[in-house]
Amino acid sequence: MFEGYVQIAIFVIVLVALIKPLGIYLARVFNDERVFLSPVFGPIERGAYRVLRVRPDDEGQDWKRYARSLIVFSLLFWILLYLILRTQGIQPFNPEGFHSGPWDLSFNTTSSFLTNTNWQYYGGEATLTYFAQMAGLAVQNFVSAAVGIAVLVALIRGIVSRSGRSLGNFWQDLVRINLYVLLPISVVGALFLVSQGVIQNLSHATVIHTLSGGTQILAQGPVASQEVIKELGTNGGGFFNVNSSYPFENPSGLTNFVEMLLILVIPAALTYTYGRMVGSQRQGWAIFAAMFALFIAGVIVVYMAEQHGTPAEHAAGLNTHAFHGSTGGNMEGKDQRYGIAGTSLWAAITTVTSCGAVNGAFESLTGIGGTVPFANLGFSEVIFGGVGTGLYSMLLYVILAVFIGGLMVGRTPEYLGKKIQAREIKLVSLAVLFTPLAVLLSAGAASATELGKRSIYAGINPSGFSENLYAYLSQANNNGSAWAGYTGFVQPHAPGNVGAYGITFANLLGGVVMLAARFAPILFVLAVAGALAGKKVSPAGLGTMRTDNPTFVFLLIGIVILVGALTFFPAILLGPVSNGLTARLFP
Amino acid sequence: MTRGLRKDLLTGAIAIVTMTIVLGLIYPLVITGISQVLFPGAANGSQVSLDGKVVGSRLIGQEFKGKGYFHSRPSATGYSGDVTFFGNGGPNSVEVREEIREELAAYLKLNKPYDPSLTRSQIPVDAVTQSASGVDPDISEANAQIQAHRVAAVRHLPLSKVEELISQNTESRSLGVLGEPGVNVLELNIALEREAPLR
Repeated sequence: MFEGYVQIAIFVIVLVALIKPLGIYLARVFNDERVFLSPVFGPIERGAYRVLRVRPDDEGQDWKRYARSLIVFSLLFWILLYLILRTQGIQPFNPEGFHSGPWDLSFNTTSSFLTNTNWQYYGGEATLTYFAQMAGLAVQNFVSAAVGIAVLVALIRGIVSRSGRSLGNFWQDLVRINLYVLLPISVVGALFLVSQGVIQNLSHATVIHTLSGGTQILAQGPVASQEVIKELGTNGGGFFNVNSSYPFENPSGLTNFVEMLLILVIPAALTYTYGRMVGSQRQGWAIFAAMFALFIAGVIVVYMAEQHGTPAEHAAGLNTHAFHGSTGGNMEGKDQRYGIAGTSLWAAITTVTSCGAVNGAFESLTGIGGTVPFANLGFSEVIFGGVGTGLYSMLLYVILAVFIGGLMVGRTPEYLGKKIQAREIKLVSLAVLFTPLAVLLSAGAASATELGKRSIYAGINPSGFSENLYAYLSQANNNGSAWAGYTGFVQPHAPGNVGAYGITFANLLGGVVMLAARFAPILFVLAVAGALAGKKVSPAGLGTMRTDNPTFVFLLIGIVILVGALTFFPAILLGPVSNGLTARLFP
Repeated sequence: MTRGLRKDLLTGAIAIVTMTIVLGLIYPLVITGISQVLFPGAANGSQVSLDGKVVGSRLIGQEFKGKGYFHSRPSATGYSGDVTFFGNGGPNSVEVREEIREELAAYLKLNKPYDPSLTRSQIPVDAVTQSASGVDPDISEANAQIQAHRVAAVRHLPLSKVEELISQNTESRSLGVLGEPGVNVLELNIALEREAPLR
């Protein structure tokens, strides 16, 4: 296990080293300041404003206008993406001659990519044209990530603004985030990934006559350009159905490391950006500390559990101890080149963030190891979380912690000099409770009805229960990883996609849950930003509760655990924890 | 319709079209172009050949059955490269126990005649569990060491020669620390075919 911990330590060191430089860069982008790319992209940026007919400098938006632009933009893009997925037969870049998926599946996939979820009921390489992957799905990987970051930036502006009600301009944020952050990193990252073996072409699938005389068909496609933004934007939708475990998406230990870094680097750096924008780095580090503590605890639990092996493996008489030349541990559903450590670390990273890309099969995780993804999602994606979404969700918990802390010491709660009053707390409570409620209602509805049971693969046992609960936990939190036996799409005779059909109930329920649990919290957050914007700032006094010291970090961690555990502990007990606490096997 | 909403609809419509063109077509096509010029081998699937014939991708595992080959890890997908899915075998699944039991028995039956001291507890985990991708190109070093006895005997090669080929086709951790070492099964079998062809 020593080598595994070394890899985890190296990852943490590199991540932390990147936080400050990237955090500063992001703050400059959000504040409309010059960055080193301005000489190159400045003219493009100004051209974009002309094309879009916006004048950002004199078009500051209050929260309602900001929200309206965001909703209109998202609605239009929903329609366009749905049309793209439904017109596959007439598209260019379709060497395999794929037809469109069924309407219910397309509804689910459209909602999935628009909301940064990237839940995959479809199998990419066996059902989607290159056009749909590039111009449909990968575009949303950029755009949905930028929308998440924009909402965060609007909230921060609301927190720091001292006069006026403007939260900035949505269109300007959208352009600048894509142009100065997501696109340049993607270009460099994509070329790096290709150099390491990730494919990038528009060719027909290759028919191979294998060494021992068989035939193997290798799907091709523009993978690297999508792979990089899928990680960077915490999207997670794989070009291939088995996602980042497929060697053409993730060919080596090095690419595995870089892809994990791409997933976590923006969510982590945003805490530094936050500190800089509110004028106190300590505020940012306090939030980082709370996130990091919860994250690293999960990493260690999942790694230790996976290294131990599973009851099924032990019952079969398999030796799961590590010995010379073998990693040992639970290698079911894992690839050799990442090993136990590389898959365990990935599992934690992809579930603390809302990425959801996987490099191993979650359903094959040990019971206790599998509890970690459940817990990370149960905490509503506030441990780093998705790009932008994670920090804005965490800031809701920060406000909640300030409020509860204020009640405990008997003072008017204040955050960064702004009084937290009834309106803010109502909105924060709605936002914090909305997603858990959506999870429990949908997972309950799915597990209680015959319609829902059709999607379950593992049967009536803890694994089957986990599939069902995780499906809605993942979709409501816009994560997208899966206990992948759960299905909404049956393709008996792929490729060519003939005879495929969608399971309407799972597709529609999931799609509605993703949309609701993405946009309702966004509206609440923007409303909070609007309520805080323009509030008078009172200087900190002796009675002000500090929000940048260890006491507050502990309080914040406590509140996050309390809300998550109270909501989900009973349900999680019935799923992965039941598997983890027994050596019993289930048919 | 208010003026503000109308303006948002117009800007939004322009935005989705422009972004689809820039991020959805120009960006991936430019990356494709540059990749095809700079890294044509990697961009097209890292193909490997024997006697001028393409026999597979260095990165994608294949099925090997005969006794003269090193065998890949078990696959839930039949080593499919165009329809991929996870095996989804759960940690407490009776089915997984049976699969692993059968794999262990088959592995012993295949290799023990050539390596009489082989016991069940020496069989490494990767040899009998399904990979994630279904096309894991690698096996562990321990797995290769065990199979070396069989392959050497069948191909009439000295064990030391086969072990040398194993170490030549072992990828150590990236940069010495990242990931796990693995023996590339396809490349190893190609090297064997070059050294001592089966037919």
